[in-house]
Amino acid sequence: MIDACGAAQSVLVLGATSEIAGATVARLAEGGRLERVVLAGRPGRGRVAAAGRVTALRVPAVELVDFDARDRVGHEGVIDVAFDGGDIDVALLAWGVLPEEDSVRAAPLAAAEVVDVNCTAVVTTLLAATRRMRAQGHGVIVVLSSAGAVRPRGSTAVYGATKAGVDALATALGDTLAGSGVSILVVRPGFVRTRMTAGRRPPPLAVGPEDVAAAIVANLGRGSRTVWVPASMRYAMAALAVTPRSIFRRLPI
Amino acid sequence: MSGTTRPHERRPLTGWGRTAPTVADVVVPATVDDLRCLIQRQPSRGVIARGLGRSYGDAAQNAGGLVLETGGLDQIGPVDPTSGLVTCGAGVSLDGLIRTVLPQGWFVPVTPGTRQVTVGGAVAADIHGKNHHGDGSICAHLDSVVLVDGRGELRTLTPEDDLFWAVPGGMGLTGVIVAATLRLIPVRSDRMVVDTVRTASLDETMEALAEADRTHRYSVAWVDCLAGGGGLGRGVVTAGEHAASPGEHDGGGRLPTTAWAVPSWAPRLPLSPRTVRLFNEAYHRAAPRSRRSLEPLGSFFHPLDVVGEWNRLYGARGFVQHQLAVRDPEVVRQVIAMFAAHRAPTFLCVLKRFGPGSAAPLSFPQPGWTLAVDLPAGDRRVGALLDEVDAAVIAGGGRVYLAKDARLAPSALAQMYPRLDEWRRLRERLDPDHVFVSDLARRLHL
Repeated sequence: MIDACGAAQSVLVLGATSEIAGATVARLAEGGRLERVVLAGRPGRGRVAAAGRVTALRVPAVELVDFDARDRVGHEGVIDVAFDGGDIDVALLAWGVLPEEDSVRAAPLAAAEVVDVNCTAVVTTLLAATRRMRAQGHGVIVVLSSAGAVRPRGSTAVYGATKAGVDALATALGDTLAGSGVSILVVRPGFVRTRMTAGRRPPPLAVGPEDVAAAIVANLGRGSRTVWVPASMRYAMAALAVTPRSIFRRLPI
Repeated sequence: MSGTTRPHERRPLTGWGRTAPTVADVVVPATVDDLRCLIQRQPSRGVIARGLGRSYGDAAQNAGGLVLETGGLDQIGPVDPTSGLVTCGAGVSLDGLIRTVLPQGWFVPVTPGTRQVTVGGAVAADIHGKNHHGDGSICAHLDSVVLVDGRGELRTLTPEDDLFWAVPGGMGLTGVIVAATLRLIPVRSDRMVVDTVRTASLDETMEALAEADRTHRYSVAWVDCLAGGGGLGRGVVTAGEHAASPGEHDGGGRLPTTAWAVPSWAPRLPLSPRTVRLFNEAYHRAAPRSRRSLEPLGSFFHPLDVVGEWNRLYGARGFVQHQLAVRDPEVVRQVIAMFAAHRAPTFLCVLKRFGPGSAAPLSFPQPGWTLAVDLPAGDRRVGALLDEVDAAVIAGGGRVYLAKDARLAPSALAQMYPRLDEWRRLRERLDPDHVFVSDLARRLHL
């Protein structure tokens, strides 16, 4: 259960090796109430290392589940395995790929694969997790969107399109869940310094995974809502959202 | 009992603190037989009873499961004129019971700070009142309870049965209480003789409370947990007795109805260390240095009932009420110092002495002191602060009250309630399949 002070006892991470998920789990473990963490991801050294980091937080039960974002047929099963083992208080949908824009534009099938991983897999897992959480009568699903989802830009058009789709679904679905005990937290970070963005130059308002984790934890149990990281990103994107296209396309962003 | 049992309504529930809502199928069984049928179906996510929802935390909610509201069990039997015994349905509120029996010269043996609790909830939480130092908790005044157990069977338990003792303090996890027979106390007036003393320090407050316990049936103190310097723990001690004879003002047992309720659109109280300190200063100054007065029963026992829905004043994020019991007054001093050091906006702190505890393994009161305090749940520091307070309380052999808890760590529970396993063994006999489940039980692995 998520208690009156927002502390959770069980977490499902989809995208076991995600740095943002790792930082979120670490933060949730601080109060000493986190008892069960299910790490769903592809088998391998990364997942083993992630499990080791969670164990080091003195979380008594760490479970591993095989999850491949491209295997959409298996997604409901992954969700069921996690929920059959006990209530899940928080489900973190935290995987994603950030492709080189030029290479996916040159290979339409590679672009479709990015859509499968970043968007279709969110649709399947989000809907499956929502159904299980509705049945248990409580829980929060955290969806990692992106500030760029509000207005995808040309330099990351494919990635931006997947995040826009995810953001739209999660926001609309969250609104339908009012009064169900279940909520969806849509997180819109700007540039986050992680493996995924390594080698790219951090723009202004760049944040670390810990900043995203702090924002997630602070908003658990507050109903379906949208969280910007940093908070000021909301205003930057509001300005960009109303910028005329003729100007927007020329901006060096 | 009247009417018919309507189908389930799935809706969100919280405790009085309005934190951590979860959704359950809510049913109001019209008869005990309907209630037994619902339990015998053994719904997959369990069953819990709910009275008026005045437990502050998650004791009367059951995420994804079934919640049985006891409002249909509303009968009040005749009062035995010699013994004062009365049998009531679990859904009878203390308000309803007092309104019925006070004109006949009777009063409930134990009442909390509100009349808006049910008899079933009062037993399940083993409530205490301002007379705990002399009269104990409500289980000391029970002749019997009628319970539907985990197999849907009706059981009548008396204090001679060992199973009886799993019920008070068992927070509804031993079965659905459907009726209780309790011993009322005779009173001659609906007024109270109240002695009020203002104190300047925690030492003085504790001394005045100890003295009031020797001389009065009822006693309690409001304390200031934010005053600077030597004023920390200063307070207002009130001690009372039932008036010995009917006075000219006696209203034939009339209790005030709630004058007004806080509307849903009311803004949140601006609770901060500064505003609470200002309130405390004003409240302390307004109290008489020392005074004896005649007060209506309602205003002495149930000051919180004057304003309806006052829990809305804490805003959408709700509040946590924390109540602890410890033997050692030094721990009380330490905890109040922690609140002050963290500049926690501790609103409405109440201090009282407890008398001997009861035989019930999960009953909260134990001899010594009890401190209760409200804190806004939206304040991010509250979780860590209360964990720190828990550690001090555990070190002092104390505990927190489960009827108010909404955030205790499961590991702390067994340390606070050393007889937990004994209660679990009794519960196995009453509910071997663990049909009775609440969010509190899930959170604390009860």
